[in-house]
Amino acid sequence: MIRTGERQRNILEFALSSLHRRRGRNLSLLAMYVLIIFVLASLLFFVSALKREAALVLHDAPDLIVQRMIAGRQELIPVEYGAEIASIRGVAEVRSRLWGYYFDSWNGANYTVIAHNSPTGTEGGAAIGSGVARSRKVKVGEMFPLRTPGTEPLLLEVKTIFPDSSDLRAADLIIISTADFSRLFNFPVGKVTDLAVTVTNVRELPTVAAKIASLHPDSRPILKSEIQRTYQSIFDWRGGMTLLILLSAVLSFIIFAWDRATGLSAEERKEIGILKSIGWETSDVLLLKFWEGCAISLPAFLLGVILAYGHVFFLSAPLFSQALKGWSILYPRFQLVPVVDISQLLVLFFLTVIPYTTATIIPSWRTATIDPDAAMRS
Amino acid sequence: MRNSSRFLLFVVVGVTVIALLPCHAHYRQQASLRPMNRPPEELTELQLTDLCLVTEARHTRHPSLADRHAPFQEHPLALEFFPSGSFILPPSPHDSP
Repeated sequence: MIRTGERQRNILEFALSSLHRRRGRNLSLLAMYVLIIFVLASLLFFVSALKREAALVLHDAPDLIVQRMIAGRQELIPVEYGAEIASIRGVAEVRSRLWGYYFDSWNGANYTVIAHNSPTGTEGGAAIGSGVARSRKVKVGEMFPLRTPGTEPLLLEVKTIFPDSSDLRAADLIIISTADFSRLFNFPVGKVTDLAVTVTNVRELPTVAAKIASLHPDSRPILKSEIQRTYQSIFDWRGGMTLLILLSAVLSFIIFAWDRATGLSAEERKEIGILKSIGWETSDVLLLKFWEGCAISLPAFLLGVILAYGHVFFLSAPLFSQALKGWSILYPRFQLVPVVDISQLLVLFFLTVIPYTTATIIPSWRTATIDPDAAMRS
Repeated sequence: MRNSSRFLLFVVVGVTVIALLPCHAHYRQQASLRPMNRPPEELTELQLTDLCLVTEARHTRHPSLADRHAPFQEHPLALEFFPSGSFILPPSPHDSP
């Protein structure tokens, strides 16, 4: 047992010195390998963390949202619809929601404005997200104007700024009173943006939605489960962002492994021929190549995963945030809460380390099984 | 120290760090659930439906409330032109109730 261990260590020692002789080539291989694992692992961590955040946000979402559609566009919904929906059996509560978007021509940012009569949302006051505070350069107690359709701007006093930790929910939010909301958008009386419906029994949700659709054919009920499905599809591996990065990384890896699998250099073939001629068995040569493959792929996997964890959870994924930012002026500064799925890491290990190691052994096996003289001369 | 010992030490340290990542993640998740780290009550009362990831277009700011055709509503034959539209897919077709 000890002799076997010592033999393995000696072969590993030889493999490392063999790699060291071609250190320029092998270091560039290692760097590329680390980069591929880093991108794939970063994507896994980023998507898992965002899925968790989405699940937390959606936990508070209404059971059902009712919108009104006219000519394929969402339109304001009359408040009477709410009263009629409230009379449907199984509906516990119907809340009218007033919300919309405000384009800030001063800096080109888009804000989400919500009317809510909370203590901080009193007339003339506003609770704002930290993204809005940054883009408008305002602090608590300061005033900031918003343009209205009339001549007079709406002056709001900042009552609360939500902490940076809430950026993934509220970076672009401006919460104001219903009266201020009506003034800001000259909102028509008797209309609301949409209706949030709570039901007594969630199993009755599809039935309630069907009743609403038949009561008002121009309405569009959106179930909480549909919202959850939307987020699953965004962060699914087939989702736009995930698929794009996944494909680029996997293709790079295939090219990389293909380069190893298609053959050995003349120097490597000569080395195998010499080893065979001095008495090495084919199994010894394969073991040597196995350790050479491991000496590249194992450190690459370990470094790639650890760097990816730091990139996503300590540096807030700057590589992905640039892609998500697009033309957004206002971008949340979020610190994701780590989520590590061991099964995903194991899949990543088996899809990267094993194929690379196999790709290293196969051409060596072909060379090791031919005559040493032919191997040295080839 | 032999090169093989250095290599094996590196692997052991790397595997240990990776094995500790789930523990760190669990600790951070528990910390995020503490009352002082929870989102303000005012935000949970709003019953928000979307993450504030992208603010450039309404269909990528609130993908769950947008239609599949929302990116193309600017004018007839309009094409989607927001960069984030290529990353965030439109919602899956809703089941008609």
